[in-house]
Amino acid sequence: MSDINRFSRREILKSTGTALAVGTAGSLLPFGPALAADLTVGFIYVGPKDDYGYNQAHTEGAAILKGMPGVKLVEEENVPETVAVQKSMESMINLDGASLLFPTSFGYFDPHMLKVAAKFPKIQFRHCGGLWNKDKHPSNTGSYFGYIGMAQYLNGIVAGHTSKSKKIGFVAAKPIPQVLLNINSFTLGARSVDPSITCQVIFTGEWSLAVKEAEATNALVNAGVDVITMHVDGLKVVVETAARRGAYVCGYHANQSKLAPEKYLTGAEWNWSKIYKDFVEKMKAGKPLGNFVRGGLAEGFVKSSPYGPAVSAAARKQADAVRAKMMKGGYSVIKGPLNDNKGKTVVSSGKAYVETAIELESMNYLVEGVVGSTS
Amino acid sequence: MANGVVGTKLPSGRSLIAADLFPSLERFAETAAISLAALAVSAILFGLFIFAVGKSPIELYGLMYTGGFGTWFSWQNTLQRAAPLLLTALCVAIPARLGLVVIGGEGALVLGGVATAAIAIPAQGAPPMIAIALMAAAGMMTGGLWIGFVGFLRHYRGVNETISSLLLAYIAIALMNHLVEGPLRDPASLNKPSTAAVGDAFMIGSMPGMDVHWGLAVGVVACVATWVLMERTTFGFAARITGGNIRAARLQGIPVGQLILVLTALAGAFAGLAGMIEVAAVHGRANASLIAGYGYTGILVSFLARHNPLAIIPVAILLGGISASGGLIQRRMGLPDATVLVLQGTLFVVILLSETFYGRWKFGALFGGDAR
Repeated sequence: MSDINRFSRREILKSTGTALAVGTAGSLLPFGPALAADLTVGFIYVGPKDDYGYNQAHTEGAAILKGMPGVKLVEEENVPETVAVQKSMESMINLDGASLLFPTSFGYFDPHMLKVAAKFPKIQFRHCGGLWNKDKHPSNTGSYFGYIGMAQYLNGIVAGHTSKSKKIGFVAAKPIPQVLLNINSFTLGARSVDPSITCQVIFTGEWSLAVKEAEATNALVNAGVDVITMHVDGLKVVVETAARRGAYVCGYHANQSKLAPEKYLTGAEWNWSKIYKDFVEKMKAGKPLGNFVRGGLAEGFVKSSPYGPAVSAAARKQADAVRAKMMKGGYSVIKGPLNDNKGKTVVSSGKAYVETAIELESMNYLVEGVVGSTS
Repeated sequence: MANGVVGTKLPSGRSLIAADLFPSLERFAETAAISLAALAVSAILFGLFIFAVGKSPIELYGLMYTGGFGTWFSWQNTLQRAAPLLLTALCVAIPARLGLVVIGGEGALVLGGVATAAIAIPAQGAPPMIAIALMAAAGMMTGGLWIGFVGFLRHYRGVNETISSLLLAYIAIALMNHLVEGPLRDPASLNKPSTAAVGDAFMIGSMPGMDVHWGLAVGVVACVATWVLMERTTFGFAARITGGNIRAARLQGIPVGQLILVLTALAGAFAGLAGMIEVAAVHGRANASLIAGYGYTGILVSFLARHNPLAIIPVAILLGGISASGGLIQRRMGLPDATVLVLQGTLFVVILLSETFYGRWKFGALFGGDAR
């Protein structure tokens, strides 16, 4: 291990020399700035930085580091979950001198981040997701994540007030626990307004597949749905298609109001800038970063987009009231008695799961009121 | 020794020239000159593009060198990325010798990966050497059947192989999703559906002294072996005749149908083997991460190499280097990831255009003597 490190350092010096030699008349950025910064932080995204979704949310969060003195931000987009991400991490460490890395895509964790983390025990790695386990994973790695289902519940309340057809829709990627929790939260939010509301869900099967996302949106509108939300990586296609067809939209991941100013109601957004700033400040102060960092609305990990012009006063009032309760902590979106959409009881009467409950992380059902199936 | 005979009068009255003794050398010189010229032209065009968006082409090429080839780390990065491309490029190059354009290697790779995991899981506890051999066989057989089926459709049902292989790739991916989200799913893989792990004992790991997995060695051996098969055996000769003129091949009594089946299956087997290596050397389990586009980049590699199995090796390394440096270019110059795709596209178009120059220049003249 130490061999590799020593060798790379020597190589960096050599490559710096080459680069300076090549860069005639100073047209080449010297490698100085990377080494001069006190702390270089690397971010890796699985898709484009401007996808109006998952990756944009992280990019906007990372941007806060640009204003922090002594911190240098290096970023790479469109890095697949293969050996490519391992090499991107190593390249940031070897060539840029990064000592804190945020590989943001879920699939980067195992085996990629773990493999690189084992090779560089002095570098800190924090991964977006909830996979870190202190019995299994090294101490220079960790996870951070937010309870965004809470914000989807608020989306649902606004959608419930806005829908006239009493049919709302959800464009989803894959029937995995995180997505199911969002669908269920959105549906329960809407049905807290009017229990006759149903939510039609369509799974596209992929995280990023624009054609199927557009088809799903059109199919939902054709079926009479008039408010749509989603959980896929890039949301541009769904938001624009829905708005063009006259349906209202609740956003996800980031703020998409620019894409449909009239039709955008509100949205469930990540607030990564707070989390990234916290990590970097701790790192600079030499404090431990924490290995398992999570939070919801109260902790500022997630937030709602500002209300759009189509949101009624009644909707604002109810959503704001619930948000105020959530901010106090201990609010349960998933509570008994609760049936799934096949009539089976999934949460018995008197039982309630707060957002931190571990049971929510293996969710495998769709609640009553959802039209659709997990398989 | 060769120089001693150059100039001798032939029975036809013409002087013997070096090109008569080294016809392959002449072809090599022509290929090398045209390919290098095409590379240079692409580099200039892409440099102009970079200049037009307000960045320094010199800085870009400097970073490309540093990121792809400038350090030992960069070389390992490049070789690691080139490894799967060697095998997926063969999946295009081999059928190309028969005149077939197969572009669905991605499907064979993905299914090869799934088959690898499917056989490794029940084989837990077996001796690793045997298990790894079984995994490779499973990956190759699955890939071979998949692309072999494309050959079958082509020869016996007259279905266009380009279209069928592409459509079958979509089916393969759907099948993979079904299997890893259904029958083969490890119940513990909650938010990223995957098969169970093949286990550390069955992983093939890195080559000694470098951080590059064994896929590179396997790919290089496969390229060399394919070159020998296609260029130095009667079997390969028959294949080339079939590709050149299928009616002439039939008249010669060459079993065209069998050739197509065997060679498309071989091509698919290499792509399936790439899938096996992805599972056994990188991911440790089969899941949607197998869909990384190696099958499609392989098409680019094979065309750039003019479907010559030996030329695939340097071309794959070149493309591996370009993709290895892509990250550094993003980080240092603030250019989007698509920059590298623009370069690949420019290369592809210029090299395809350069095809028209073959046979126009008399390279024999370079070796002294009149051109033929």
